[in-house]
Amino acid sequence: MAKTHVTMKVNGAEVEGLVEPRTLLVHFIRENLGMTGTHIGCETTHCGACTVDIDGMSVKSCTMFAVQAQGSDITTIEGMANADGTLSALQEGFRMMHGLQCGFCTPGMIMRAHRLLKENASPSEQEIRMGISGNICRCTGYQNIVKAIQYASAKINGVEFREAAE
Amino acid sequence: MNDMTPTREQREAALEGMGCKRKRVEDIRFTQGKGNYVDDVKLPGMLHGDFVRSPHPHARVKKIDDSEALKVPGVLAVITAETLKTVNLAWMPTLAGDVQMVLADGKVLFQNQEVAFVVATDRYAADDGINKVVVEYEPLPPLVDPFKSMDQDAPVLREDLAGKTSGAHGPRKHHNHIFEWTVGDKELTDAAFNKAEVKIKEMISYHRTHPSPLETCQCVCSFDKIKGELTIYGTFQAPHVIRTVVALIAKLPEQKIHVIAPDIGGGFGNKVGAYPGYICAAVASIVTGKPVKWVEDRIENLTATSFARDYHMTTEIAATKEGKVTGLRVHVLADHGAFDACADPSKWPAGFFNIVTGSYDFPTAHLAVDGVYTNKAPGGVAYRCSFRVTEAAYCIERAMDILAQKLNMDPAELRLKNFIKTEQFPYHSALGWEYDSGDYHTAMRKMMETTGYAALRKEQAEKRAAFARGETREIMGLGVSFFTEIVGAGPSKNCDILGIAMFDSCEIRLHPTGAGIARMGTKSQGQGHETTWAQIIATEIGIPADNIMVEEGNTDTAPYGLGTYGSRSTPVAGAAIAMAARKIKAKAQMIAAYKLEVHEDDLEFDIDGFRVKGLPEKFMSMKDICWAAYNSVPPGMEPGLEAVSYYDPPNMTYPFGAYLCVMDIDVDTGVYKIRRFYALDDCGTRINPMIIEGQVHGGLTEAFAIAMGQEIRYDEAGNVVTGSFMDFFMPTAVETPHWETDFTVTPSPHHPIGAKGVGESPNVGGVPAFSNAVNDAFSFLGSTHIQMPHDFWRNWKAAKDLGAVA
Ligand code: FES
Ligand code: FES
Repeated sequence: MAKTHVTMKVNGAEVEGLVEPRTLLVHFIRENLGMTGTHIGCETTHCGACTVDIDGMSVKSCTMFAVQAQGSDITTIEGMANADGTLSALQEGFRMMHGLQCGFCTPGMIMRAHRLLKENASPSEQEIRMGISGNICRCTGYQNIVKAIQYASAKINGVEFREAAE
Repeated sequence: MNDMTPTREQREAALEGMGCKRKRVEDIRFTQGKGNYVDDVKLPGMLHGDFVRSPHPHARVKKIDDSEALKVPGVLAVITAETLKTVNLAWMPTLAGDVQMVLADGKVLFQNQEVAFVVATDRYAADDGINKVVVEYEPLPPLVDPFKSMDQDAPVLREDLAGKTSGAHGPRKHHNHIFEWTVGDKELTDAAFNKAEVKIKEMISYHRTHPSPLETCQCVCSFDKIKGELTIYGTFQAPHVIRTVVALIAKLPEQKIHVIAPDIGGGFGNKVGAYPGYICAAVASIVTGKPVKWVEDRIENLTATSFARDYHMTTEIAATKEGKVTGLRVHVLADHGAFDACADPSKWPAGFFNIVTGSYDFPTAHLAVDGVYTNKAPGGVAYRCSFRVTEAAYCIERAMDILAQKLNMDPAELRLKNFIKTEQFPYHSALGWEYDSGDYHTAMRKMMETTGYAALRKEQAEKRAAFARGETREIMGLGVSFFTEIVGAGPSKNCDILGIAMFDSCEIRLHPTGAGIARMGTKSQGQGHETTWAQIIATEIGIPADNIMVEEGNTDTAPYGLGTYGSRSTPVAGAAIAMAARKIKAKAQMIAAYKLEVHEDDLEFDIDGFRVKGLPEKFMSMKDICWAAYNSVPPGMEPGLEAVSYYDPPNMTYPFGAYLCVMDIDVDTGVYKIRRFYALDDCGTRINPMIIEGQVHGGLTEAFAIAMGQEIRYDEAGNVVTGSFMDFFMPTAVETPHWETDFTVTPSPHHPIGAKGVGESPNVGGVPAFSNAVNDAFSFLGSTHIQMPHDFWRNWKAAKDLGAVA
């Protein structure tokens, strides 16, 4: 199949590659760019494991072609740590609140939570639950993921994080 | 001592040992996308394999034409059963003593069965190739209903077994019969029923479901022709067993097979067994001389690998008028699909289903299980449970509620009346197990007090009255469940898989600077072993957990172990860790005695080193002992500080718990609201409370999914109608209830650190709690039992059938 040349910005760096028109963005990221933090759990837009941030939107990269991402600005989990290499507020929140177990859904969850907090820096529990409802986690039961996002929200807003009483 | 000397508390805290909420070391890589899962493995020249699958549930395969497929750019080979026959791999043994086709041999037996394996340069080319393989089928009548499988005119499914009157587990009664398994005392049980004052009988079904971890099953196989070595990276819950099975069936020397399980994205039992994908990728690598990757997609995962449950349990309890149980009789019809591929220890054709007497003191019981073949995917895996204990717990917990209803007793009171008493432990159950320890009454009463059980019952009564008056359309259910698990498979006298005894192992090696590595026969799929195993070592030998690296999943370096499933890691491998650590400690004590110039018996272990009794300042830290172990050991002693333990437990462990679900259901829509869910777990000694709580949340969420909607369903023609996350219920953060957790601690008397295991308890105890809540809600309208899963439609249907909706 004839290949197309694509260029885009991924985690701040210009990248390029040759892809078939049908190549999924998630495959381009994982196979061509070798960034394997973005995962595949269903390839049908149900699980959210492949979520990345594209031009300021959360996008499931398993249902977008790489050619559609031509010229866009993409952030993946590999671009989420602070510039000095320390964990960002969200990554720290997931660790502190035990918001992950097998870690397979985690990159997608963090990418989604990242956009959620950009849109609403202080979401309520219900808003968080709604906001991540496109992402499935099979291990955690979500409760600690919600807390992880609340932790990050508090940290970003410079307020003290307090766990809600059970 | 100056001010800088750390206090005892500080020294203890610095270890981050058992009981501490140590943050997980795994998360540093997982939160940065630096996990290394199988699909992340990329080898030079790697090819990709994918399956042609059958659209028919039952059909003869007349012809496979791969000529067009081989013309597709990038396609290198098409492997069929004929190809596999040349290497004797057309069929493979299952973990249950049956055999299974690797690729369709003569006919297909379930929809989406593997028919041919296309190998190509990338996934897209493999997919193109699949579409060009032409398979000619002659459809045969499908057998979907397990209740019809033993009819005289039922189609013969397994032609390979034609005429065989006995199978792996004894006599077969019919051409679609797999085994019959009976336990208990039939005569005594029948006698108990004959003189029973009260009896109940109900057909309780536990529908077919699926573990579906977020990462599907996958592998990369790489055969090195020159060295004759096969390396397999795979999503394996039991890497060593996979290596042995591969050695046995591929006739390769075991030392030339390297099995590596890297990070695993959830297992839940789905990744215990061996699947055709592994065999085909290995054969493809041998045929092509290149590494071959196989990655299952979600539809394949849901429709072709390892379903769970599908047990239809006719259950009877005999009791006195006062509600004392006197006998239990259960007959199970077990639908195993096309091949008996359940993961059970060899001696137990229906796993540990004989824990079905649960937490109650049944003087006698009798159990019979019939396994049958149907045109469905094979499996019968223990999905987040140890070998059918989930089905058993559901069966008895539902039945106890039905009995309570018949006696007009409160279900919690009925349970309290029949619990095994604390002083009866170790307790011998009527079906042959010895429960190690338990304190059921305390757990149940704590649950009732914490949740305000009595007040909730009062509220329910008021709501029922309001419903009767037509003032509300909402009904309220209280789902009580109390479970006893049987985990930690297992003692080699009871448990083996394909003849391999189910011990587990740990090797600890301490380095001169006071750091070390622990290598394990287990394999975490998200349970946080890297974190908790180091905590056990920290407490046992006084080296900070941060200084211990835990390594799992590499058969070249790890001691042989049976892997992680059925909550066996902590009860078995956790014990192996403690035992290996104690061997090290014993040697360390000798070294310390030599260095401190005292007799060994004059030393006592004190948090992070040894101290001379009565002379507190004469102390040698473990860190210093590590250094001494490499330069100044007592004369005649070997240098070094390492030990290995292969631990064969004397018995299983029996964690337990008391759960309560409070649910409201709108009868006009069937929509339910889980108002509260409280889970009290007793898993003995708690190693990391944070991780335990996380495991409980996860298990409850899976229980919620199963009880309230998740089902693998087939239509009458044998089509799977729940093959994607679109129609297979996967709860998101929106549906998932809030979980309240609690605990009591009753250590196991025979485990070195008293730990029992917790990973699957919330699934085992959770499902009956949800189902009992729904059933309790409807009971006052006259129903005794409504089958799971309780989705909105079924709730509405139940309300309608009971006359609550016009
Ligand atoms: S892999 Fe993209 S949503 Fe599941
Ligand atoms: S942590 Fe395993 S899927 Fe979320």
